[in-house]
Amino acid sequence: MKNWVILAALALAFAPLPLAGSNYLLRLATTVLMYVVLAQSWNFIGGLAGYPSFATAAFFGLGAYASAVSLAHGISFPLAWTGAGLAATAFAALIGGAILHLRGHYFAIASLIVAEMLREVINGMPDLTGGGKGMNLPILQMSVAAESRFFFYAMLALAVICIATAIVVHGNKLGFGLRCIQQNEDAASMLGVNAYAYKTAGFALSALYVGIAGAIYASWVKYIEPPDVFDVMLTIKPIVMVLLGGIGTLFGPALGAVILLAFEELVSRNFLTIHAAALGLIIVALILFLPSGLLSTLHSWFPRKDPVT
Amino acid sequence: MIYFQIFANGLVLGGLYACIAVGFSLVWGVLNVINILHGSFIVLGSYVAFFCYVHLGIHPFISTVIAGAFLYALGYLLQAGIINRVVSAPVLMTLTLTFGLDLILNNGMLLAFTADYQTVNLAKPLGTVQLGPVFLPGDRLAAMVLALLLTLILYRLLRDSRIGRAIVAVRMDREAASLMGVDVPGINAVTFAIGAFMAGAAGALLSIIFPISPLNGPLFLGKAFVVCVLGGLGSVPGAMLGGLVLGVIESFSSFWFGPDRAVTISFALLLVLLFVRPGGLMGRRGYE
Repeated sequence: MKNWVILAALALAFAPLPLAGSNYLLRLATTVLMYVVLAQSWNFIGGLAGYPSFATAAFFGLGAYASAVSLAHGISFPLAWTGAGLAATAFAALIGGAILHLRGHYFAIASLIVAEMLREVINGMPDLTGGGKGMNLPILQMSVAAESRFFFYAMLALAVICIATAIVVHGNKLGFGLRCIQQNEDAASMLGVNAYAYKTAGFALSALYVGIAGAIYASWVKYIEPPDVFDVMLTIKPIVMVLLGGIGTLFGPALGAVILLAFEELVSRNFLTIHAAALGLIIVALILFLPSGLLSTLHSWFPRKDPVT
Repeated sequence: MIYFQIFANGLVLGGLYACIAVGFSLVWGVLNVINILHGSFIVLGSYVAFFCYVHLGIHPFISTVIAGAFLYALGYLLQAGIINRVVSAPVLMTLTLTFGLDLILNNGMLLAFTADYQTVNLAKPLGTVQLGPVFLPGDRLAAMVLALLLTLILYRLLRDSRIGRAIVAVRMDREAASLMGVDVPGINAVTFAIGAFMAGAAGALLSIIFPISPLNGPLFLGKAFVVCVLGGLGSVPGAMLGGLVLGVIESFSSFWFGPDRAVTISFALLLVLLFVRPGGLMGRRGYE
């Protein structure tokens, strides 16, 4: 119950943001919400099941291109966005079936290669996707201000749905099974957890909202090209955000997304040429000094009296 | 007869790939760390060779040792100072850590050397060598022979030297090695440094063939991944075989399908191989 209250409070805190009237702020907030979705989604497979997936960019790019191609063929927005999410989910289930029997490093590399492969495939289909030239997306028939509000609320809705899903999953059988796999996969499958089915479900779930986020992003920026939507940073940053906020926790990913993006914004506004190195420094400091993330560290400073559910 | 030529080109390329991958494979096998820095190490080695040639007139073949030694020192410091602290943490932690270090190193190189492509133009190239129906550029052939020689030296080092046996022992069983009196953190640092040495040396050899830029780091890293998985983890002969196989495959696929497709095909091959034989072609854990 407490988690639902926190989620509602967060949503209400974000909702009146367009009233501030700053387009810069609105754009930044939309980006933050997008990364909240990415980080929260990664947490399903990386945090709960403990499988180091590096496939976020693959799902994001696939969603972006799936919706761009559907929109180019005259399919309406809601349908194209949903379709993008379903396409990413189906792809993840398919790929997951093939690579989830790998563990550790091998899984990490296989998932990383999936994004590279997909980028090459889309590059090699210029008739459908424009290849390396990229794709233009249809422009919405509304004013600029209304449009930026529209995309902000679309991302906000997606982020809220994503966190709500996380709350449900953390409490249900799927979340329990995934946590068992993380702790000891062999023991879990011996005790009757169908590890393969659970992992595949977790992996597919980690793709669903990322695919939709990619679709919304594509319509938002109106021009996509393979190096942009398959950028390896789209894979790395959500992982860093989850590690920063607290791996496997409910609100850690969202917290990490806000903090990391705020910091990045400060650095790239002031020192553009070293912003990659600054991100690198954050990562190194994070791994060395705060390996279990902010939320867990806070909890260990202020131990809770009531038993943890 | 064109096929002989393509095959020979592939072998020459493959010898260099083996040299790129062997250090990466060693670090992965012994430390259980995927070293994302490896690509940038190679580029840094190329820059050392480039500056030695331009400013001091030292031939890249000789500066192989200089670049290697420079990277050895850098690698030792990084491992002993930073990576050793989390070396036994889960994959995600070590991989993300080396990714962060790579962002710093690569950004540093971009600032110091810019993203412009540099090339080493040898004043006295070795000309062309003819072997039966096959023509090969002498410099490339020499670079490949040197690369294979370095790999062979590493192989003998692991087999015959005291420290080499200690490295193999740590790979086989970290705890047991520690109980037998092996200084595991020290061996970790030396192993990482040797991996960096091989990267630097490979970079120096590559400097006469490929243009040099920090942007090439991920490209070399990708090759190292593929060779490593092809040949099986942490074994020197495996990396050698994997490198040669990849070189030949790339050479033929760029002849048949065009050079753009060569990378896609090698990645597709990697995914298939991971699916059917995750241990690699010569997969056998532990021994040399």
